[in-house]
Amino acid sequence: MSDLTLAQLSMWSLYSAMAVLALALLGYTAYLAGLVPARSAARESARESAVAEDRELVGAGVGSGVAAGGVGMPSAPDAVASDGMPSASVGIPGAIGAVGGKAGAGDSAPSGRAIDIGVPVRARKAAGIGWSLTLLGTVLLTVAVLLRALEVHRAPLGNMFEFAISGSMVAMLAYVAWSFRRDLRWLGVFVVAPVLGTLMLAISVWYVDAAELMPSLKSYWLVIHVSIAVISTALFGIGAALSVLYLWQDRVETAGTRSFMNRLPGARQLEHLSYTVHIMAFPLWTFTVIVGAIWARQAWGSYWNWDPKEVWSFVIWVAYAAYLHARVTSGWRRQNATLIALAGFACLIINYTVVNFFFVGQHSYSGLGR
Amino acid sequence: MTAKPSADGIRDADGIPDEPAADIATDPFDADAADGTDAPRLPRLGPIGWLRWTWRQLTSMRSALFLLLMLAVAALPGSTFPQRSIDPTRTTQWITDHPTAGPILDKLGFFEVYASPWFAAIYLLLFISLVGCVLPRAAQHWRALRTPPPRPPKNPERLASAHVETVDATAGEVLEQWRARLRKAHYRVVSHEDGTLSAEKGYLKETGNIVFHLALIGVIVGVGIGHLWGWKGDVILPVGKTFANTLSRYDTFSPGPNVDPSRLAPYTLTLTKLDAQFNEDVAAGNQLGMPRDFTASVDFAPTAGGAVQHETIKVNHPLETGDGTVFLLGNGYAPKITVRDAAGHVLYSDATPFLAQDNNYKSVGAVKVAGAAPKQLGFAGLFLPTGKVTAHGPVSMFPQPLDPRLALTVFEGELFPRGAPQSVYALDTTAMTQVQAEDGKDALRLWLAVGETYQLPGGRGSITFDGVERWAGLSIRTDPGKSLTLGSALLALAGLIAVLVVRRRRVFVRVAEAAPGPDGEPRTLVRVGALAKDDDEGMAQELATLADRPEDPR
Ligand code: HEM
Repeated sequence: MSDLTLAQLSMWSLYSAMAVLALALLGYTAYLAGLVPARSAARESARESAVAEDRELVGAGVGSGVAAGGVGMPSAPDAVASDGMPSASVGIPGAIGAVGGKAGAGDSAPSGRAIDIGVPVRARKAAGIGWSLTLLGTVLLTVAVLLRALEVHRAPLGNMFEFAISGSMVAMLAYVAWSFRRDLRWLGVFVVAPVLGTLMLAISVWYVDAAELMPSLKSYWLVIHVSIAVISTALFGIGAALSVLYLWQDRVETAGTRSFMNRLPGARQLEHLSYTVHIMAFPLWTFTVIVGAIWARQAWGSYWNWDPKEVWSFVIWVAYAAYLHARVTSGWRRQNATLIALAGFACLIINYTVVNFFFVGQHSYSGLGR
Repeated sequence: MTAKPSADGIRDADGIPDEPAADIATDPFDADAADGTDAPRLPRLGPIGWLRWTWRQLTSMRSALFLLLMLAVAALPGSTFPQRSIDPTRTTQWITDHPTAGPILDKLGFFEVYASPWFAAIYLLLFISLVGCVLPRAAQHWRALRTPPPRPPKNPERLASAHVETVDATAGEVLEQWRARLRKAHYRVVSHEDGTLSAEKGYLKETGNIVFHLALIGVIVGVGIGHLWGWKGDVILPVGKTFANTLSRYDTFSPGPNVDPSRLAPYTLTLTKLDAQFNEDVAAGNQLGMPRDFTASVDFAPTAGGAVQHETIKVNHPLETGDGTVFLLGNGYAPKITVRDAAGHVLYSDATPFLAQDNNYKSVGAVKVAGAAPKQLGFAGLFLPTGKVTAHGPVSMFPQPLDPRLALTVFEGELFPRGAPQSVYALDTTAMTQVQAEDGKDALRLWLAVGETYQLPGGRGSITFDGVERWAGLSIRTDPGKSLTLGSALLALAGLIAVLVVRRRRVFVRVAEAAPGPDGEPRTLVRVGALAKDDDEGMAQELATLADRPEDPR
């Protein structure tokens, strides 16, 4: 096949991925929206059965999260929807938030079962459609990236357009993989929407034709450095989405208002999920910076030159280190720690966009503007 | 127990915080336990007291966090303002363009952010804080490693994860069973009193934390060594010329404070060939003419007059000389120019490097003919590998020398008026006048192709464009701290992974005889509680596995 047809196929695949993901987004949105009316009814019955459950458990003398997690759930119609307060499931006797959280949202593949009690059929169907389309969209996106790689005869990591589609692919793959371990239908909107946004920017603003690389970019360090950077950026992106959801949920819970947010896991659990994602991304970013330094020495003779890209990578690293610190510093609220993480993500975005285009440095490889 | 969600959602109905029970909270399990001195407390302090207080403040987590955030913010101006160490020309330009702000910012160090006192203050304080914080923690951890897990609480089942059951076995059997299971799961197990077990694992987490922080110090020390004992020098070397590694042969040389530049290893490098490839695909749009590959072939003689090795240097493939690594960082053209006097004597004949200004190698340079008489002669202007004159002046259409041209103007007078050092690529025309064309209407402009000679007016002699060579921009650098920096960075990464992956967990077991079964067989009530540091979703799962209840607690 000639490169031209590969290019065409890659773009067609990308466009179809975007169309499919847009539909998936609709499905997930309908899922969240469809849940709201069901909420208050579910909440009432959850209250009652939770109380009954507790008596039983106390009677049996089993104050264990292990047992309660297993036993308690089936009779609580919908742990998460049941209460606007910190993930109702947390209230299960003796169970720490994390355990209760698992009870609420931990179970099974995205087609969740036990947890669907109390979820309207329409919402469940919408989520099912959203999930199937997400799978399809992810496959199409992966195909688009692979075709691009075949077309350019190298890893598709040479310019902004390629970062964007590869990063989107990693984010989608991470979401899908994680979804097999726990119910993340509620997260669908918040992953698919940013990914779609990124892809739109990619095709409209950042698109460049396939090209060979500049000499300084021709190195196997490129593949290692940039692919890890893209993976960690995608994870930081998911982490940032979870951080925003946490702060939002935290306000909803404090205010006690009703919204579709009540459908999401409780604030504490969202915070924990966000932390989990961040601690995967942070060592990857550390690795990115180290490999970048090794490569900089190979290519430019000095491992650290304080070129704008390096400055920003350093700032990002320090910001996320500060986030991890803030989380364990007494007297610092989780909310504020989370804000530091979001500041880190803002720097990450700036690093990929503004720094690539407007700063003078050795990293001018956006492939645009000449 | 009722499920009563509290404000933070983490305390259960008994009011047992999810923090460790009292007997545990006092030991170093909790990171901030050692940090409890932060509370505002103002006793009367003597000078020593004040010192101690300051030290405590400095080494608190809160100061560490503050300094980290400061470091992030302080690093930013280095990316928005030009930095003198990276691009001195642009820095000077910026200051000239901003007559008010420029000098003030310059005084404040905004053009040398990473060498400025305030930046140094932040990272030095941070690292003092780090040492002060981590060394005591390391000592504490060392003790913790050799201290058995603490006694179990009275009611272990009240801990965050718990398991209670009555089994058909004697208390001794049950205890042994649990001991075996815990050992198998890599717990360290002790029994402080009969009928109990205390078990702990995950010491590697704290080890990783300490290794990570100490390794960061290694990174800084490595960077410091590089600054003090490292040096770098740049040289522009036209094809065919030989570079000998002595101070005088460098175009620029910047040694660290502890470097003795008179003791460079005496090797020589001869540039035999420079191969440059560019995208020649006319259909490639804006990629046409983009660089593809550069290869410098050199003859490397480790000692002067020693055996010669044929080596190649490429952009991602430097040459190790044993005293400095040679990088190929730039390239360009060096047109061969010969200047003769009116009698035909050669005054100047050399491959003269010109510096590329754009992707098509439109290059600037100068020829300084100090031997011309009665007035010294200077030529300044452009070299164009594929030259063409357009409405905007001379331009180059392609980076390869398809149709090389020289576009020069001519000056006469004094080349080095103040004896001050000056760029070899430009003329200092303060004491020179521009030579006019013969008709006197305009400045004289030369436009030469290869092989052409131009007779200068007024008996000033002639200039010949003999041909084109390429030059390689070589940068030779040593950094004796780099291995320490890299090793420390990798160690830090390993420590970090341990911190973030390993879970610190404790399990406490209490067994007691229960009422015998219907046939009088012994029965035992086991109460197990488990505690994990931080949010640890896996603890309940692990306890379930330990309790031989593989069914998922979810
Ligand atoms: C160069 C500056 C520093 C960086 C980049 C840094 C980074 C980090 C990181 C990434 C963690 C892991 C957090 C986690 O467990 O999730 C951490 C933990 C920690 N850091 Fe630092 N740190 C720095 C300086 C300091 C200083 C100055 C102190 C002392 C005041 C300190 C004390 C601690 C402590 C006690 C922990 C353990 C927290 C825990 O128990 O989980 N660090 N640090």
